[in-house]
Amino acid sequence: MKYLHLVWAALTRRKVRTGLTLLSVVVAFVLFGLLESVNSVFTTAGQTVGAAHRLITISKMGLFNPMPVSLEAQIRAVRGVGAVSRYSFFGGTYQSPKNVIGTLFAVQRNFFDLYPEFKIAPSALRAFDATQTGAIVGAALARKYHWKVGDQIPIKSMIYPRKGGSYIWTFDLVGIYHARTPLEEQDFLFRWHYFDEARAFGKGTVGLFVEKIAHPRQASRIAAAIDALSVNSGHETKTQSDSAFAVDFLSQYVDLGLIVHAIMGAVFFTLMLLTGNTMAQAVRERTPELAVLKTLGFSNRSVLSLVLAESVLLVILGGALGLLLAAAVVHVLQGQMGAQLPMMPVGGGIWLRGIVVMALIGLAVGALPARRGMRLRIVDALSGR
Amino acid sequence: MLKKSLFGLAVVLAVVIGLGAAIVLPWVALAGLAVLLALWIGLTRLGRQTGSITVSGISTLPQRWGGASVVVVGIAGVVGVLVALLAMATGYEATFRATGSEQRAIVLRTGAMSETTSNLDQQSVLLIGDKPQVARDAQGRPLASPEVVVAASVTKRGSGRPGTVAIRGVGPEVWAVRPRVKIIAGRRFQPGLREIIVGKNAALEFKHTSIGSTIKINGQPWKIVGEFAHAGEHDSEFWGDVNLIGQAFHRGSSVQSVTVRLTHPQAFDAFKAALASDPRLKVQTQTTHAYYASQSKGMTHVITILATVVASIMAIGAVAGALNSMYAAVAARTREVATLRAIGFRGGVVIFSILAETVLLALAGGLIGALIAWVLFHHFTASTLGPNFSAVIFQFRITPRLIGEGLKWSIAIGFLGGLFPALRAARMPVTDGLREL
Repeated sequence: MKYLHLVWAALTRRKVRTGLTLLSVVVAFVLFGLLESVNSVFTTAGQTVGAAHRLITISKMGLFNPMPVSLEAQIRAVRGVGAVSRYSFFGGTYQSPKNVIGTLFAVQRNFFDLYPEFKIAPSALRAFDATQTGAIVGAALARKYHWKVGDQIPIKSMIYPRKGGSYIWTFDLVGIYHARTPLEEQDFLFRWHYFDEARAFGKGTVGLFVEKIAHPRQASRIAAAIDALSVNSGHETKTQSDSAFAVDFLSQYVDLGLIVHAIMGAVFFTLMLLTGNTMAQAVRERTPELAVLKTLGFSNRSVLSLVLAESVLLVILGGALGLLLAAAVVHVLQGQMGAQLPMMPVGGGIWLRGIVVMALIGLAVGALPARRGMRLRIVDALSGR
Repeated sequence: MLKKSLFGLAVVLAVVIGLGAAIVLPWVALAGLAVLLALWIGLTRLGRQTGSITVSGISTLPQRWGGASVVVVGIAGVVGVLVALLAMATGYEATFRATGSEQRAIVLRTGAMSETTSNLDQQSVLLIGDKPQVARDAQGRPLASPEVVVAASVTKRGSGRPGTVAIRGVGPEVWAVRPRVKIIAGRRFQPGLREIIVGKNAALEFKHTSIGSTIKINGQPWKIVGEFAHAGEHDSEFWGDVNLIGQAFHRGSSVQSVTVRLTHPQAFDAFKAALASDPRLKVQTQTTHAYYASQSKGMTHVITILATVVASIMAIGAVAGALNSMYAAVAARTREVATLRAIGFRGGVVIFSILAETVLLALAGGLIGALIAWVLFHHFTASTLGPNFSAVIFQFRITPRLIGEGLKWSIAIGFLGGLFPALRAARMPVTDGLREL
């Protein structure tokens, strides 16, 4: 630590060069942060505390095939199942065909018991019960369209006409719920019974059941028992844990892994070459200075660590700046785009991985120049050989 | 003071014009410029001077391969990533474009944005087929295929994960409506039987799709009897009899869309008008060309933006790397440059030679990047969820246009990375330069 000023002096010796190298490190870690933010949507999907206690039942034929509502009573009777709730998907648009809201669901009020991570005021829930056309939306979605409690919101359904043929459904906003991340605050929820009464076709069908279970360890037994209810009927089901369901759903969009890894590989390979080149230049240039340090009594090992410290500091400075920038970008984008943007805030996990990567890259690019500095013979270096 | 600010202004102008030209000018114009430049170097005195200095500069490259490789690799990375991502967008778009035709029209319920959200009853299907613009076969039956598309869960081959395949129920006239569909193995399905034919991409992507095997759909066994190819989006689908598929998915007798073959491509406007003026019908129509283009637009747009954003961020890093290396190169050649200036070479010649060197390195990097992208990703097969919430399987496609685009980026990056070091070299007072170590 006491040599920090020496390391710092070495870094500030050529400000333009250090600045440009820093810039490329920053850029690499901005990309790292952004891509990891997308990637964590996939890796952390459905891994909330509540999710461990939830099972999801969908039609074995896929997400968009409806199941009969009569199944619910049978599911409720399965041993180990606590509350059961039902959803129906209701894609719609608000005002213009461009404002697609993909996360519109008809739900029951016990939805909020099954999703304790969605925070809602008790008064809003009472209003939801009391209002036939009541709706509750996520805070991020409400911000996006400037909705407030009391607003009447016309939604044009992409699937369901009302009896009489109109595709316009008007809801009364009675409450706004909050969650940990803007990504979870995108749902538009309204009453299932109102939906079922008013729709022109599909009465009595459900898109998805959610079950609450007391012990996550029993999940596979309970899931099998639920699926056994409908086996060989025309409505076979598939039940899985909330996290498995989320990963299956998202992974169908893109097999992101390969693409993300290819980009990151290209970025970091370039970065290492670039920073490595800078460090080599810096050490070559300072050969006489390093020799002087050795003459003054610095050991070979302390010269090695000085050079290593310099490269690690450079990468960590740039990397931290880059991740900060990425965090800011994600924050701004999420405020503006909402649900269409599959990104998680840049949080602890990403920072941790980032810092490990920074330290490794710093050590790797410093290694060769540092060894060169360590092996320097004072006589040769001072005489300029 | 005035001179200095004029100089600054000139630099800004040069950057704007240079980058603007690289981005806006079509490929042909850039090639033309390159030819003009070559002529100038070959034919004029100043040009020959510049050429020889550039050559002597490039001949010192092996001595500073570290810096040179930073320029080349940095730019290769940018171009490689850009080309690979754009290839994804191009491949996706091409798959949809190949699906459509100007001589086929798709009819949906008014207001429906895609087949999934549309609904047509039996009477509408008959009325649509009766329009005079619809082509007819030898027996006088209208070439119209009533269709439903349902998404069904199947298992992917590689990962064993569940995937979603689109099962399309098609009418008996579909072979004449879509004449490009070819059976490449087995035979057509027979109407009235639970038989399925699989598209060639779906056969590659999903398990249990070989001919002769049986898959269970909603508890019923369906036999796979053939494989078809179409070179479009339908290659990702399963096809069967529209009535049976509708029943299996509890849809009753209604369908989602009707695709018709028109008597000739110019008949579309009349067909559209005929549908609109029929009070019994509440439908809208598009040529399948327009329909499939609109279905792929969103995704193509998102990927293109993603490609540009990622490549731009990487380009900033590559410019920084190039600046660093070229500043170092200029510093190493200070005395050489000063000597040249002392014996009468002009500053402009020096600037040009350093710029040319960087741009050449950048072009090399761009070519390497495009080549790597081509080797890794040309015809790389990817799958995503399409507009019907089912898998669309497509191949990445790297076209000459994309490579040209990548090379433009590399020129722009090389130009930026070389300009400032070149200016520094040319503006250094000769006496200082000569005194340097």
